[in-house]
Amino acid sequence: MQSIPDNSAVSLAASPSMVTVSIRDLHLSYGKLEVIKGVSLDIRRGEVVCIIGPSGSGKSTLIRCINGLTPFQSGSITVGDQQVGDAKLDKIRLRRKVGIVFQQYNLFPHKTALQNVMMAPLKVLKEPRAEVERRARELLAKVRLAGKEDSFPGELSGGQQQRVAIARSLAMRPEIMLFDEVTAALDPETVQEVLLTIRELAEDGMTCVLVTHEMAFAREVADHVYFTDGGKIVEHGPPEEIFGSPQDERTQRFLSRLL
Amino acid sequence: MDAILTLIAPFFRDLYETTGINFNVFYDPYQFKRFLIGAENSILLILAAILLSVIVGVAGAAIQQSRSTWLRWLVGGYIQLFRNTPPMVQLLFFYFGLGAYAPQVDMGGYYQPMVSAFGWAVIALGIFGGAFNVEIFRSGIEAVPKATLEAAESLGFKPWQTFVYFTLPLAFRICLPALTTNLVSLAKTTSLAYVISVPEMANMLNQVWSSTFNIPEMMAVLFCFYVGVVWLLAAFLHWLERRLRLRGYSK
Repeated sequence: MQSIPDNSAVSLAASPSMVTVSIRDLHLSYGKLEVIKGVSLDIRRGEVVCIIGPSGSGKSTLIRCINGLTPFQSGSITVGDQQVGDAKLDKIRLRRKVGIVFQQYNLFPHKTALQNVMMAPLKVLKEPRAEVERRARELLAKVRLAGKEDSFPGELSGGQQQRVAIARSLAMRPEIMLFDEVTAALDPETVQEVLLTIRELAEDGMTCVLVTHEMAFAREVADHVYFTDGGKIVEHGPPEEIFGSPQDERTQRFLSRLL
Repeated sequence: MDAILTLIAPFFRDLYETTGINFNVFYDPYQFKRFLIGAENSILLILAAILLSVIVGVAGAAIQQSRSTWLRWLVGGYIQLFRNTPPMVQLLFFYFGLGAYAPQVDMGGYYQPMVSAFGWAVIALGIFGGAFNVEIFRSGIEAVPKATLEAAESLGFKPWQTFVYFTLPLAFRICLPALTTNLVSLAKTTSLAYVISVPEMANMLNQVWSSTFNIPEMMAVLFCFYVGVVWLLAAFLHWLERRLRLRGYSK
C-alpha cells in the first residue's frame, strides 16, 4: 500500500481533504458577454462562505455553476470527487451532494409543503415513504413550520415558502448548501426568519455558500468572504478583514455605499 | 331501461293520441331501442374520441419539446394537415380511403374489416381533435415557469421525471380552459360520424323519422340530446378546473 504524502507542512487550513469545492480559473460567457473572467476559490467542509458584490458581478452565475445548472466554458470545478465540467458527469449524484435555494423559492405550486419536501427523496432517491415522511415532518419542524405541512405554497408567506424550499433541499441530505440571494425577495421582518434558519444550519456544521446582500449577516456568520466585481474576485478573506479594513478601492467604495 | 320505458310510455302515448305530437321513441319499444343504440354509440364515440385526442395531444406536445428537429417537423406537419382540413373530409378519407387497405378478418365464412366504422370514427376524430390539443398543451407547457423546472432539476429529477411530475400537471392546469373549449367542440363534431354510417344518434333518429315521418319531434329529441350530453361534459370539465385550481394563487 502506498503511503499518502504528508501535506501538513504546507498549511493545515488548506489541507486537501478539507476542501470540498474547488474552483480553478473559471470562465463563462453568454454569447459575447463575459460574465465570469477567471475565478478561483476553495470551500472547505463545514465552512460558511459569503459572496458579496454589486449586481451583475457574476455571483449567482458562479454558484449556479457549482451544481451544474449553468454550464461554463473553461476552467474547472471539483466537488468532492466529481468534475462538474465532465461530459459524463453523474448529475444526480452531484445534486444529492449540493442543494440550492433560489431567490424566488420556486416551490412546486401544486404540491403541499410536506409533498414539496418529500418528492425528491421519494422519486429521485427511491427511499421508503414512511421514512421519507417522518424525516420531512422533522425538517419542517426544524425550519419552524410545524402545522403548515398541508398548506400549499400559495397559502404561505414569502418567508414561509423560502423555509419550505430550504427543508426541501435538506431532505436530500446534501453536504453543501448553496443560497442564491434567498432573502432578496422578502420584507425585512421575514428576512430574519430565513436568516435564523440558515444560521442554525451553519451552526450544525453544514457547508454553506451564500450569495447575499445582507452584509450584517455575512459579517456575523461567514468564515470567509469573497468580494466580486466585473466577473472577478477582487478581494477575499475573513469577514473582519473584508468589512473592517478592505484593501481594494472597489471593495471600499461598495461597502461605504451600503453602510 | 325497460322500466324507464314502462314509466314514460303512457305519457308520450297519451300525448300522441290527444295532440298528434309523436315522440314514438319514448313509447314504442322498437323505436326506443333505436334511440338507446344511438345514445350509446354517441356517448361512447364522444368519450373514446376525447380520450384518444388527449393522448395524441400530450404525446405530440411531448415530442415537440424534444431536441430532434426531424420529430418536431413531423408533429408540425401533422398539425397543419389535420387542423386545416374539414373533419368530415377526414372521416371520409379514413373510412373510404384507408379503410380500403385495412386488413379483413375471417369471421368463419365471411370477411369483416378489422376496423369498424365506429373504430375509424374514433381514430379520425381523435386525430382531428388531437391536432388542436397538441397546440393547446404546447401553450400550457410553454407557460410553466422555467424556474420551477430548474428547481426540480437541481433536486436531481431526470428530464422525463420533471416532465411527468411538474411540467404536465402544471401545464394541464394552465391550458384547461382552452382544452375544455376544444373538447366540447370535438364532442359535437362526433355527430359527423353519420357520414360513414356509424349508428350514432343522428343516424338512428333519421331511421326513425324515415319510417314514421315525425321529423320535427325527432329533430327536437336530437337537439335536446346534444344539449344534455355536452352540458354534462362541460360541467365535468369546469368541476375539474375548480378542483385542480392552484390553491392560494387566485380567488
